[in-house]
Amino acid sequence: MKITIASGKGGTGKTTIATSLALSLAAELTPPPLFLDCDVEAPNAHLFLKPTFEQRQDVGILIPRVDEAKCTHCGKCAEVCQYHAIAVLGTKTLVFPQLCHGCGSCTALCPEHAITEIPDVMGVVERGVTPEGISFARGVLDVGEPMAVPVIRQLKKWAVPQPGQVVVRDAPPGTSCPVVKVMRGADYVVLVTEPTPFGLHDLRLAVQVARELNIPVGVIINRDGSGDAGVDEFCAAVGLPVLLRNPFERAIAEGVAQGKNLVEIHPEYTAHFRQIFNQITTALS
Amino acid sequence: MKIILTTTSPSIDSNLDSRFGRGVYFLVVDPDTLEWQAHPNPGAGAQGGAGTLAAQFVANQHAEAVISGDFGPNAYGALQAAGVAMYLFGASTTVREAIERFKAGQLERVGAPTGQGHPPRV
Ligand code: SF4
Ligand code: SF4
Repeated sequence: MKITIASGKGGTGKTTIATSLALSLAAELTPPPLFLDCDVEAPNAHLFLKPTFEQRQDVGILIPRVDEAKCTHCGKCAEVCQYHAIAVLGTKTLVFPQLCHGCGSCTALCPEHAITEIPDVMGVVERGVTPEGISFARGVLDVGEPMAVPVIRQLKKWAVPQPGQVVVRDAPPGTSCPVVKVMRGADYVVLVTEPTPFGLHDLRLAVQVARELNIPVGVIINRDGSGDAGVDEFCAAVGLPVLLRNPFERAIAEGVAQGKNLVEIHPEYTAHFRQIFNQITTALS
Repeated sequence: MKIILTTTSPSIDSNLDSRFGRGVYFLVVDPDTLEWQAHPNPGAGAQGGAGTLAAQFVANQHAEAVISGDFGPNAYGALQAAGVAMYLFGASTTVREAIERFKAGQLERVGAPTGQGHPPRV
């Protein structure tokens, strides 16, 4: 079973929830879960789960390199590239690596065979095990690289669960392509939100994405009681189960700031998260 | 001589468009005779890579200079490779004003990208 933890916006405590869920299940499940930190632009789940990384691999795409001696500047490559990542400028043919998606069309269509492909590294994937036995894997996008999706795709392909292993994926904040990529293929999406108008706005968008992908959704409300009733009314109106409410508490905020997990701060949360997992299992059966 | 300006409408009497890659029109002008021709900017509706698409159009027109309000990194790299000089129209608001200033040597020549550009869609 694959569970994706997402939130419409950053700073809602999504990673705290995702890592707490994984920790709560670690002792209960055999094998312990596989945790994927898919927030490749700002991965931070390792701070809470403290894995030892044992393997790493570069992630990249193949981008074209033009042999100017063979190129006749016919313009075919530029015409076929839907990302405008290759341009024929008078007597020069230029590749823009940051725009290139590595689709290979230009190489295939160049009548002069003037294009070869070279790897362009944009990040790494890493994996290891946490002290509790959780399999942990994450992707890290190089600073300044604009494309998160290839790294997420590679992470999902590389960190394959064992048969029967539960997968917890921590998604990037937002509702853009990388988030869709992390939701896709999940059996259940948990959306972490806050009871504020902003929280509600982003929750609506995230619910829409999950529903378009046909994935059932449950909601966790952090800082419960600190805002208004909008999120609750929305959940009731569209039939979303509220899986957990976390009150706003100084002890939680301080603990998280020190890299502590919810279940370390409040051990009784282990039971809450196991309960959530059972609820999800029931909802899916 | 041929220069190109980014404009909001297809006329020599148009105002300038400050965006290079996503400007609405390219106005190809001979600054001496003021003969002109307008073309829609192919980059205006592009999902990504507007700068390179627009630069390619400019290069294909064999223009010597392009005048706009902003050149992102991709557009800058492409125009540089094509050997097209880039100028900022600065305080000018109309095409005619910018051409006058260009002829008087009063426009700032660009030697580095002037903006962040627009990140590609992923
Ligand atoms: S298709 Fe090949 S020959 Fe034509 S411009 Fe591109 S690289 Fe050069
Ligand atoms: S590989 Fe695809 S995206 Fe990259 S330059 Fe070639 S056609 Fe464009």
